[in-house]
Amino acid sequence: MSQPIELQQDETFVLNVGPQHPATHGVLRVKMTMDGEYIYNAETVLGYIHRMHEKMAENRTYAQYMPNMGRLDYLSAMAFNHGYALVVERACTIEVPERAEYVRVITVELNRISSHLVWLGAYVLDLGGFTPLMYCFDDREQILDLLESVTGSRLTYCYFRFGGLYNDIDDAFISGTRSFITRMRKELKMYQKLVTGNIILMKRLQGHGLVDRDMCQRYGATGPVARGSGINYDVRRNEPYSIYDRFDFDVPVFHEGDSYARYLVRMEEIEQSLRIIEQALDQLPDGPVNPEKKPKVIKPPAGDYYAAVETARGNFGIRLVSDGTKNAYRLKLRSPTYSNMHLFDEACRGMLIADALAFMGSLDLVIPEIDR
Amino acid sequence: MSGYFSDLFLGAKSLLDGMWVTLKEFPKRPVTLSYPHESVPMYRRFRGHIELIGNEEGAPNCVVCGMCERACPSNCISITSVKPEGSKKKVLTGYTLDFTTCSLCGSCVESCNFNAVRFSNEYNLASTRKEDFIFDLLARLKEQNQ
Amino acid sequence: MSLTLFNVILAVVIAISFVGLNAAYLVWAERKGAGLFQRRPGPMENGLWGLLQPPIDGVKLMTKQLLIPGGVDKAVFITAPVLAMFPALVSFVTIPFSDNIIAHPIDVGVLLIFAFAALGSMSLLVAGWSSRNKYSMISSIRAVSQAVAYEIPLMITTITVVMISGSLNLTDIAARQLDGIWAWHIWPFQDDVGFNLLMPISFLVLFVCSVAETNRAPFDLGEAESELVAGFHTEYSSMGFGLFFMGEYANIVIGASLTTVLFLGGWSCPFGDLGFFPLTHNVGWFLLKIYLIIFVFIWIRWTFPRTTIYGLLNLSWKYLIPISLFNLLLTAALLKVF
Repeated sequence: MSQPIELQQDETFVLNVGPQHPATHGVLRVKMTMDGEYIYNAETVLGYIHRMHEKMAENRTYAQYMPNMGRLDYLSAMAFNHGYALVVERACTIEVPERAEYVRVITVELNRISSHLVWLGAYVLDLGGFTPLMYCFDDREQILDLLESVTGSRLTYCYFRFGGLYNDIDDAFISGTRSFITRMRKELKMYQKLVTGNIILMKRLQGHGLVDRDMCQRYGATGPVARGSGINYDVRRNEPYSIYDRFDFDVPVFHEGDSYARYLVRMEEIEQSLRIIEQALDQLPDGPVNPEKKPKVIKPPAGDYYAAVETARGNFGIRLVSDGTKNAYRLKLRSPTYSNMHLFDEACRGMLIADALAFMGSLDLVIPEIDR
Repeated sequence: MSGYFSDLFLGAKSLLDGMWVTLKEFPKRPVTLSYPHESVPMYRRFRGHIELIGNEEGAPNCVVCGMCERACPSNCISITSVKPEGSKKKVLTGYTLDFTTCSLCGSCVESCNFNAVRFSNEYNLASTRKEDFIFDLLARLKEQNQ
Repeated sequence: MSLTLFNVILAVVIAISFVGLNAAYLVWAERKGAGLFQRRPGPMENGLWGLLQPPIDGVKLMTKQLLIPGGVDKAVFITAPVLAMFPALVSFVTIPFSDNIIAHPIDVGVLLIFAFAALGSMSLLVAGWSSRNKYSMISSIRAVSQAVAYEIPLMITTITVVMISGSLNLTDIAARQLDGIWAWHIWPFQDDVGFNLLMPISFLVLFVCSVAETNRAPFDLGEAESELVAGFHTEYSSMGFGLFFMGEYANIVIGASLTTVLFLGGWSCPFGDLGFFPLTHNVGWFLLKIYLIIFVFIWIRWTFPRTTIYGLLNLSWKYLIPISLFNLLLTAALLKVF
């Protein structure tokens, strides 16, 4: 069981998990010092796909840097684009048309659902169940088709522009999204039966991978990880950006702090995202999606700007220091999984390796975003 | 002790629920396509690599302003041109796209004021050689004209 | 050549080809079943419904290089896959496919199967031990503790059935259940024991144990690809891996056969003996029953997530062993009363 056990440091061996390991979903490496199947400590090793995204911002114009944003968190690229567009719009005081804001919210929330679906499938795969992955990918395919029909790409969208969008949505997208909402509600009930209520899954997750409130605050964890530990914080509600203050949605919070709580937070978030999309579609105004007045060359006045958005994994903060030229002086990205991942070392001590990997999956790591 | 039996019964019920879900999927038709034999129609807005747009005579619309070259974040477009004697306009002699570094952001298409570049619908682009991804778009346009 | 020797050779050849064919086409069935459970078609390209896939895969495996990593215990490393295949083959000798199709009837057939099943987990142990890989090592330790936990309820349940039928010979056990579906051991009412409500539950215990015994999902802790890469066969390539794979499927057939003989009446027709061909007791019924059980094996594998080692040991020690022990006592008491 998961009672804390006395671990002997002189009887340990090192198990090298990754950079190529089925459970690390990418090129994360964890050096685990093990006592039998129990973990004595774990050291995460980063940097295998570091691409200097922050430095690139200093050598590219603001518009040229936009595609980089989709390459950080490839599963929730839309939200990262949103964050970057927000900070530049704040810096240059560009007004975003009403319709563009709504379309942004719809696409970001669709992207959030698709990200959570990949997480759900991959997580159950981590736990050894293959079939939910295929069902999740089937549902996600509907979202990707919808987003492809408006943005032109399926994963690394580059859809937002400063002040607006690349192009407008059409009626086919709206009706497709509505039918997707009906379909997804039905599928959520199916997942409830197949995965959420499953006794094997519950026994594996409940009471395992405990992360308490204090630990979340010390490491700066955000998103579903923090909300699963009882921290009621969601950027969309606590510091509303874009038009999120116009929608009625709940922020799911669970107090258990175990892997199952984080699991439930994400499942509930899918439902809440559906609610937001539904409201946004109902309120969607007509009008242009790009501002009439927009500076030809983006040159923010010298200064220090910050914007934060809620991505599928938590608080993505972006700080822009401008010196008034065409390139940023410094761009600092605060990515959510970088903080969430560092919980792992402290929280996994004394866990069995199977529980530790289940715990790692529940943190929902996306490695390109950690390494940037 | 009551937890012992309720665990057993609720657990068994949850397992049966799950098995019922997968059993219902068993006789249904697959949702996948058998890819090389059939494929999905591409969306009009799908972003493949870029291509040049020709006018009615088949000559490229491009006026060699160089906006796309400058807008590209990864420097994958290179344009060559000549200025014939006595003419004010430059004539496009080569438009090369290095697709290995292209991220399909669309900056070139957006920056063009002369309706000269657009996204193609090409997605069958697998190759084992890097050189296959350096496209001569002018030659492609000529091919399309024929 | 004497007739007995010829018979023995014939029996061995038939057993091996049956196992080989089953192993190959169960892989196909598994992949096809997985596909259909997952909204996709499964193998389709080679032959009708992908039916040529298994021989092609076999040729591929055989032509691959057998890589032996540096620093392994070579002799043990090579022996392990053979050790995985061999017990499964030998166990077939005593399985009665019908009243006259049996390689060699042995009076202690049940014992023989258990003895060789234990040898099967031995092969996992030596494979993991000799691989010089920490993942394999952890996996083999898991596999052995799993085998110990599951063989106990498996044996106790079998003993219950043996007590009812009074024989360790699988043919005799099956022959007792020939009077149609209600004579099968799965039902609570038996000739000698009156009414024993625990018999269907005992059948479930045996079924769960045979899933665990064959290291299949949700009890595939030895392989656990998301934790231990591929477990005990991480370092095996080519036919080394192929033999483990075939051994696994052969064990599934053994497990399904044992379940059929002990609880589902072996080759008996569920309607009793009606005399004319398809409805008389024959090998067709036996094969139908084992493939139905194998379908459930596949169905379960593609539905559930994996348990953990403590979840599995909990299930075994807290539920399966007490239930099977209680049923043993109850059956003994009922046998005394009636």
